[in-house]
Amino acid sequence: MQHSQGTKRSKRFLESRAPKLTEDVKSAMIMKGGNTSRTITQALKDIYSLKKPNAVLYKKKNITRPFEDSTSLEFFSKKTDCSLFLFGSHNKKRPNNFIFGRLFDFHVLDMIELGIEKYVSLSEIKASKFPEGTKPMLVFAGEAFDTDNEHRRLKSLLIDFFRGPTVPAVRLAGLEHILHFTAIDGKIYMRSYRCLLKKSGCRTPRIELEEIGPSFDFVLRRTHLASDDLYKLAHKQPKALKPKKKKNISHDAFGTKFGRVHMQKQDLSKLQTRKMKGLRKRRGEVVTEEQEGQAPKVAKVES
Amino acid sequence: MAACSVEELLAKAEAQEAETLKSISVQKELDLEFDIGNLLACDKNRIEPRDLREKSKKDFLRALARDNTQLLINEIWKQPTERVEEAIVAKLPEPTTRLPREKLPPKPRPPTKWEQFAKLKGIKKKKKTNLVWDETAKEWKRRWGYKRAGDDTKEWLIEVPESADPNEDQFAKRVKAKKERVAKNELNRLKNIARSQKVKIPAVTLTPKASQSKDELARAESVAKTSTASLGRFQDRLPKENPAKKGKKRKFEPLIGNFSNEKQKQLELLKVMDTKKPKLDITKAVNKQMREEDREEAAAKHKKAAGKKGRKGSSMGGKARGKGGKGKAAGGGGGKRRGKPGKR
Repeated sequence: MQHSQGTKRSKRFLESRAPKLTEDVKSAMIMKGGNTSRTITQALKDIYSLKKPNAVLYKKKNITRPFEDSTSLEFFSKKTDCSLFLFGSHNKKRPNNFIFGRLFDFHVLDMIELGIEKYVSLSEIKASKFPEGTKPMLVFAGEAFDTDNEHRRLKSLLIDFFRGPTVPAVRLAGLEHILHFTAIDGKIYMRSYRCLLKKSGCRTPRIELEEIGPSFDFVLRRTHLASDDLYKLAHKQPKALKPKKKKNISHDAFGTKFGRVHMQKQDLSKLQTRKMKGLRKRRGEVVTEEQEGQAPKVAKVES
Repeated sequence: MAACSVEELLAKAEAQEAETLKSISVQKELDLEFDIGNLLACDKNRIEPRDLREKSKKDFLRALARDNTQLLINEIWKQPTERVEEAIVAKLPEPTTRLPREKLPPKPRPPTKWEQFAKLKGIKKKKKTNLVWDETAKEWKRRWGYKRAGDDTKEWLIEVPESADPNEDQFAKRVKAKKERVAKNELNRLKNIARSQKVKIPAVTLTPKASQSKDELARAESVAKTSTASLGRFQDRLPKENPAKKGKKRKFEPLIGNFSNEKQKQLELLKVMDTKKPKLDITKAVNKQMREEDREEAAAKHKKAAGKKGRKGSSMGGKARGKGGKGKAAGGGGGKRRGKPGKR
């Protein structure tokens, strides 16, 4: 931008922050509010370990209220180039509060506040952990995630938060981590399991689950959702990414593929059709036509 | 007897298969929605609140998770697999869930001066071969770059042209010309970059050069002098230097004074606004028309369809003839100032 002359390192740094056609995985910043409880600090650490290495955990407390004033959040996001955030706080009115949020172009897009009712940390569950950076499988259960608008946004936000980098292929043996979200009665239960692939008779293995990670019982509190046009703008994909449409191919209701073949003009009289013996013109018929043609002429002359 | 045992065997095999399939099959009311690119599954089945009693909540959730995971794994195992360095890898399709972007999509690079000109004139890039046959060396050499085919600085014999000074070093002249070309190219490249990043560059006469003429120096000095907070009014002067020319000071009419004059002016203005004839600047019109014609020619070149070309050609001819006449008539006035007015 300003410094036209710079080292290669600074150029690479700026390029990594510049807008791109296909974007990399979103990073998250995890921070504490003015007052935090032990549950909150432990929970933030657990989520940081789930989201490593695409996350930054701030140690100090930030005395801000995201729902009222989001300027400091936007400032932090510009500094660290993170577009997701998780803000944990605790006060009497809202105990054990988590605010999940995401930003678009360094301005707040969505913020959803969840209260933690029950929490079991990573360290309490005695099980072996897997290496950080494994791409988790995500499962959402419950009809609320489809019907209720706020739950739908929450689902999109959680997918954005936990999905990890987009990869073209995945190692089948490495599919270990699964995050399961269930929505019932305005409550959302988040559980994290390790899946064991057991032998079954056929190629696809049988799954056995072992509870491993942190488990949360959330309750949905306030939300601040983006307006519809901002949401639409955020989803706009650049034209270069759109798959090129092949011309002359169309599909009908049944899925049959249609194409158009352009031909030169055909002389229909010379068309080769199926020969039906019965319809063939016979010599006898021709003679009768001639006679008929002559007869009327004669009649006229006479009259 | 044999038949009995065969039947038994078949029955056993079927039972076994059913067993194995039972272990991986899951019964659900509604099928799950999958997004394999994101390793995502959505279960829309209704969950009864009574299943979620306090004691068995953990077990219920776990069983639900196990079922859903089993279905997801079944889907993933249906994907095509390949072997990559002793690990079996399943190829994932593109993610289907639409998620918002982080930043706005990047703006395309603005075209360079040459690209704009080429687009206007309809000049297209011609694909050239990398190697050219060099007659003197009798081998294939590069078209450009290291050890290229027609490098005139590498010639061992140069004829001195008749009009040139016999004491001039022709070899040095060629090397100097090449250096100047390289410097000019570099300058243009930097200008293109500056234009695309919207960095302000000073005008040609103000950038330092090896030898500047008297006028250029004077201009640069006057610009430097007036770039102070008080516009150069208190800058020291050399003993014999002329004081800076006072710019034209705008004179405004007094607000309330000559009523008849004011009335006259307003009426004239209304008359000008009322007339249907537009104010026409001949030179501007002629230049604009020529640019338009250039553009249309370039566009017509693109459309290679035979029929269209014929039609357009005839209509273009008519237009050109009509405008050509007008151009010639106004040529006297606009002839001197033809072409793009340069930066002043």
